[in-house]
Amino acid sequence: MIEVLYFAWVRERIGLPREKVETAAPTVAALVEELMAREERYALAFADLAALRVALDQELASFDAPLAGVREVAFFPPMTGG
Amino acid sequence: MRVAVQSAPFDPGAEATAFAASVAGAGAIVTFTGLVRDDGGRIAAMEIEHYPGMTERAIAAIAEKAAGRWPLADVLVIHRHGWLVPGEAIMMVATAAPHRGDAFAAAEFLMDWLKSRAPFWKKEIGPGGAEWVAAKDTDEDARDRW
Repeated sequence: MIEVLYFAWVRERIGLPREKVETAAPTVAALVEELMAREERYALAFADLAALRVALDQELASFDAPLAGVREVAFFPPMTGG
Repeated sequence: MRVAVQSAPFDPGAEATAFAASVAGAGAIVTFTGLVRDDGGRIAAMEIEHYPGMTERAIAAIAEKAAGRWPLADVLVIHRHGWLVPGEAIMMVATAAPHRGDAFAAAEFLMDWLKSRAPFWKKEIGPGGAEWVAAKDTDEDARDRW
């Protein structure tokens, strides 16, 4: 079971801030594919991966990163702090 | 080093004074305060979302990177989230070092990294509706120059 978090317009498109996901996906990209297959709103949110960033257990990661041992995955647009 | 991520307003002057008192003898202090601009009436308010937990970790990691690079006596980073209106302080960094060059460089470094590596997302609310602020390529360039 992985905790999946969404921020900013990703959260708005999917319609929730976080959810628990039962998955055996080996990588972030595989998890994204599973989510996109669920419903249209997920497919829309993940349509352009170049416009998204991912963090694994609160550290920035890449979409080909493995999910083994990861407890928390977060998807969000490029950050706009400062 | 102090990192504060908060929704409450802060007083940049009071923070600068307290920071200076805590690093007496440092020689140089640089402070930067970022404010919500109104963009000629285009922005009525700004809502800042963040990733609790990761935000504090990411900022602390950036501050440690700066401390490893310049001889800093201390670093302060305050960043707000939530609902802000034009004129309000969004964030502040302060650096203290023996000499001004290092204090200036470290403050710029912190700002450039915070822009694109601290998990905040700004949404501008204006007369025409609300819109997420898009990240700029120039922000990445500014970070890469370090």
